[in-house]
Amino acid sequence: MEIRWNWLKSGMVLGTVFLIAVILVKPIGVSTQFVIFDGMVWNLFSEDVVSEDSSSKTGYTSNNEYLNKSGGKYAKNIENPINYGFLFVIAMIGGGLISSKLQNSKISSDDKEAPKVFRESGHNKRYIVTFIGGILVLFGARLAGGCTSGHMMSGMMQTSLSGYLFAFGTFAAAIPVAIFFYRNSSKGEA
Amino acid sequence: MTIILALAIGGLFGFVLHRVGAGNPQNLINMLRLQDLHLAKVILFAIGSSSLVLFILLATGLINESHISIKAAYSGVIFGGLIFGIGFAIAGYCPGTCLVGFGGGRKDALFFVLGGLVGAIIFTLSYSWINSTFPSLFEGIAGGKTTIADTGIEKFGGMMDSIPALAVAAVIAVVFMLGAWKLPKRFNV
Repeated sequence: MEIRWNWLKSGMVLGTVFLIAVILVKPIGVSTQFVIFDGMVWNLFSEDVVSEDSSSKTGYTSNNEYLNKSGGKYAKNIENPINYGFLFVIAMIGGGLISSKLQNSKISSDDKEAPKVFRESGHNKRYIVTFIGGILVLFGARLAGGCTSGHMMSGMMQTSLSGYLFAFGTFAAAIPVAIFFYRNSSKGEA
Repeated sequence: MTIILALAIGGLFGFVLHRVGAGNPQNLINMLRLQDLHLAKVILFAIGSSSLVLFILLATGLINESHISIKAAYSGVIFGGLIFGIGFAIAGYCPGTCLVGFGGGRKDALFFVLGGLVGAIIFTLSYSWINSTFPSLFEGIAGGKTTIADTGIEKFGGMMDSIPALAVAAVIAVVFMLGAWKLPKRFNV
């Protein structure tokens, strides 16, 4: 069983982290970095994914229309892996690791493979479902231009219209799908 | 300095997401099934409280305005959200929490990350086609980069720019924080 702060403490601390980020640097966002990582891998095998171009705003260009958006912003980050956005998400993995190491109670080996609501179906099925879930989530996030962090949290903090539209779309699909998909699962505690 | 900030804030964000329970897909799935609204209360309170402080900082000029970044609103945001929601519901992870879950030792999170990398490359490769076939998906709604409470920054639109931004933001913030407080921890249906 993992530590879980109560909702008020959780909300205050999480809100503070989003504020610290925007005060010191910029609003938190995560999903773009999946594209950046893909681009880095692609760049290892292809010569023309990213090239230097002094006429572009960032000094980089890509033969892929998406990576070339906003004056080659993504192309630049692919060519320079030591950048704020990418290191930020790598550090998030470390943050999760440190938090889990600093708590006395560990999660069970069953729980590492699948959460309780999914336990009866077996871990192989869980891995397939999370893999498909990952495809849908990142495709959707890139179409929307952001995810839970960038649109919902950072966006709604700034009262962005886009954040509200994203939250509406997400919950309109997620609530009925979750209720249907897990209709036979127990009401178990987390 | 940028590197230190990235590691410090990213690390802190990951740590906090883990401690609030967002790295555990059980908590997210049960929130979406309306069985355990802990995380919904957390998100509502976090948005409300941070929004109030942010607009106080904007009103008093204590924050560097160039740090404010508003994403564009277009119909693709809603469609993307719908697709996102389906994956979110079946997996119980989102792009940030899967990294935290993986850091915390969850194997299913790794499969989500790998799926995410596949989803991101599918979008990257199909963007050109989507953009030319359905250009209206990316057309701005209400001016695109628009906020409800006016940020006072020229390049971003404000939907309620005739009312003081702090008043609008404060009302929204209070609604969110009250919602967080009043929402039951669980529905017994």
